[in-house]
Amino acid sequence: MTMEIMEGSIAIAETVRLCRPQVIPAYPITPQTHIVEGLASIIADGRLDAEYICVESEFSALSACIGASTAGSRVYSATTSQGLALMTEVVFNAAGMRLPIVMGIANRAISAPLSIWNDQQDSIMMRDSGWIQLYAEDNQEAIDMHILAYKVCEDHNILLPAFVCFDGFILSHVYEPVDLPSQELVDEFLGPFNPYQKLDPKDPISFGMYATPEYYMEFRYEHDQAVHRAAEAIKKYGKEFGEMFGRDYSELVVGYKLEDADIALVAMGSICGTVKDAIDEMRADGKKVGLLNLRCFRPFPSTDVAKALAHVNTIAVLDKNVSLGAKGAVAIEIKEACYGSNIPVYDYILGLGGRDVRKKDIKKIVELAEKGEGDMFYGLREEVL
Amino acid sequence: MALGIGCTARPGNSRNNKTGSWRVFYPIMDTEKCTKCGTCQLICPEGCINQNPDKTYSIDLDYCKGCGMCAEECPDKAKAISMVKEEK
Ligand code: SF4
Ligand code: SF4
Repeated sequence: MTMEIMEGSIAIAETVRLCRPQVIPAYPITPQTHIVEGLASIIADGRLDAEYICVESEFSALSACIGASTAGSRVYSATTSQGLALMTEVVFNAAGMRLPIVMGIANRAISAPLSIWNDQQDSIMMRDSGWIQLYAEDNQEAIDMHILAYKVCEDHNILLPAFVCFDGFILSHVYEPVDLPSQELVDEFLGPFNPYQKLDPKDPISFGMYATPEYYMEFRYEHDQAVHRAAEAIKKYGKEFGEMFGRDYSELVVGYKLEDADIALVAMGSICGTVKDAIDEMRADGKKVGLLNLRCFRPFPSTDVAKALAHVNTIAVLDKNVSLGAKGAVAIEIKEACYGSNIPVYDYILGLGGRDVRKKDIKKIVELAEKGEGDMFYGLREEVL
Repeated sequence: MALGIGCTARPGNSRNNKTGSWRVFYPIMDTEKCTKCGTCQLICPEGCINQNPDKTYSIDLDYCKGCGMCAEECPDKAKAISMVKEEK
């Protein structure tokens, strides 16, 4: 294995090259820009035989992805925040049309107020769109999840699009050592795109037709079932990925020092790194704290979560998003997964719009959870309220 | 009929997928009163009023959405179309 020190976005662009998409329609938006710039260079340099479409908006980017995917091409795009918001209508269409599009999301806060910095509100707001949502802890996972996503999405038993979510700036702009797999291995793992159905003038077919009230609900049911099925597909291909590439993705939830923990922190994405460091220090002080890292938010692995958290006394969820007027989205799901277990689930909304989350914050949250204080925006600057 | 994946349809699919199912009212034409002026055929947004070889008109209820425009536009002297509530 040769490790290379690369910027996250460039590592992702190189990984997308290895996946051999044939069409890449994309619109640059901070902090996703380096990815699509990287891909444009790769294609211009002749290192990937693909059509790069400079579109005039994110709405067009995903629309072009739909067109290319229905025509039988493997496609890729990337976006973030307002760009994803602008795509919304098309996001739902791509999913309903069951197209295996993979899209990188450099997670960023949503306007207004305008913020280009990281939280996970953008992909979370798409949780009901019928896309698979994977969350990377570091750049290596962001790379691996792109390859894995194509494998899962293109399975004829699944046929869904997927977001590969990684924290904007924190991962996208950071240089860290990564193992970029070889072209041969990625080719062997993915194989060429084999569309289940495609546009063909010799055998005409229309995509995304309308459904009358007699059929609409059944389409939604089938779609829901496919998203549920994706959980098993991710585990299966995640295991295969592990056997081929040496990094296992057969679990949708990953515990860290969780086996004997009294208090479990639950988180998604890059924050998990900070949490693990804080846990190491708290463990040294004799506190039995563990982490449950959610790698996959859709499908939501309720059974796995309930099993992993069954033995703890307290659950503290770190939410880099908020469903305004309710709670953080992850906490809502964790509560549902643990319903009936009587384990208190406290929610901490934190790190919104790029606010730093440090080890001392994680320790403070554990103290709050021990006292039964939770369901709050953590770290509010009272003096400006 | 099993659903296709991703709402796909082949040419001629509308023969199977009738669109008249969500109607609340449907039109009945009194052929005795009809003056064969053709207004209803022109006005129907679904194109589901057709002229028969004998110049009379008939309404294809498989595709009629029940908007009532044909009944509204049928000239006063004829008033040959009336809307009736669907019993489902
Ligand atoms: S009710 Fe509307 S749709 Fe139906 S036949 Fe009349 S004009 Fe056409
Ligand atoms: S508008 Fe009325 S009178 Fe004219 S063709 Fe239609 S039903 Fe007959």
